[in-house]
Amino acid sequence: MSTPISYFVLVSALLFTTGTVGVLVRKNALLIFMSVELQLNAVNLALVAFSRQAGNLTGQVLAFFSMVVAAAEVVVGLAIIVSLYRKRHSADVDDARFLKW
Amino acid sequence: MHADLVVFWVIAPISVLSGVAMVLARNAVHAALLLIVNFFTLAVFFLVLGSPFLFVVQIIVYAGAIMVLFLFVIMLLGVAQQTPLRDQMKAQPVLAGLLGAGLVAEVILAVRIGLGFHRKPLANFALVNRGGNTHALASVLFNRYFFPFEVTSVLLIVAAIGAMLHGRRRIEEEETIDVPAEDADAGPEPGSPTYYAAVGTEPEAPS
Repeated sequence: MSTPISYFVLVSALLFTTGTVGVLVRKNALLIFMSVELQLNAVNLALVAFSRQAGNLTGQVLAFFSMVVAAAEVVVGLAIIVSLYRKRHSADVDDARFLKW
Repeated sequence: MHADLVVFWVIAPISVLSGVAMVLARNAVHAALLLIVNFFTLAVFFLVLGSPFLFVVQIIVYAGAIMVLFLFVIMLLGVAQQTPLRDQMKAQPVLAGLLGAGLVAEVILAVRIGLGFHRKPLANFALVNRGGNTHALASVLFNRYFFPFEVTSVLLIVAAIGAMLHGRRRIEEEETIDVPAEDADAGPEPGSPTYYAAVGTEPEAPS
């Protein structure tokens, strides 16, 4: 293994930033959700890279838990998007203004 | 040049470019497919970093299960048509780009200066993965992290029930099947054969 661990952390930072920009500029709820997935994956990559650097498996266990939480989050989030679409016939987050007067 | 460096320099551009293309994609289906590419590149990274277990889990859980859910919802809602990036505030993408650049700079600074992280020699990971990565991971997971692992199962059950509650159709949205009470005179006489045919129950046979 000759690749420096910081390279992986750098890729992870780039992916996380891409996901953040995606959350900020997109309006479609599904695309925002995909950007959040990108962020979660970037964090997973950083955790596994740190685990490799530290020489123990704690980071990999954390990445595993993060995957489980991401799966649960996707299930509930997509259900919310579907029920939002049923009410508004649109997946745009700008149309979700039920709490606004 | 070692093999893992070659793998890194082949996979890393694909990973970053697929992520950027996913954010910029017009079509939601294209975005989902690019995200699958990105998940596969991350799986390869996990393999390079000495975690074959997470490599397999990444492909099965993310590229398999989660993206199938995403594509299913995209097809179900029919939101695959173009979602223009233009018709919004002008300053928003610029501000987002500035924030993104700041984030990257911050992480580079943290890695390079903060801890002198990259100069430390790497631990021998073959020793950590003794007996296979899956076995080693399991021995950590089921000893030290046993309680969080059990809490995870509760989380999954709660998520499944929550998705069912959100996804079902509300009763009041359904067509009602109640018969209005004031129309009772218009119906067949109670006790007549037509009444029993309409209600669907047979009169009891006299014994």
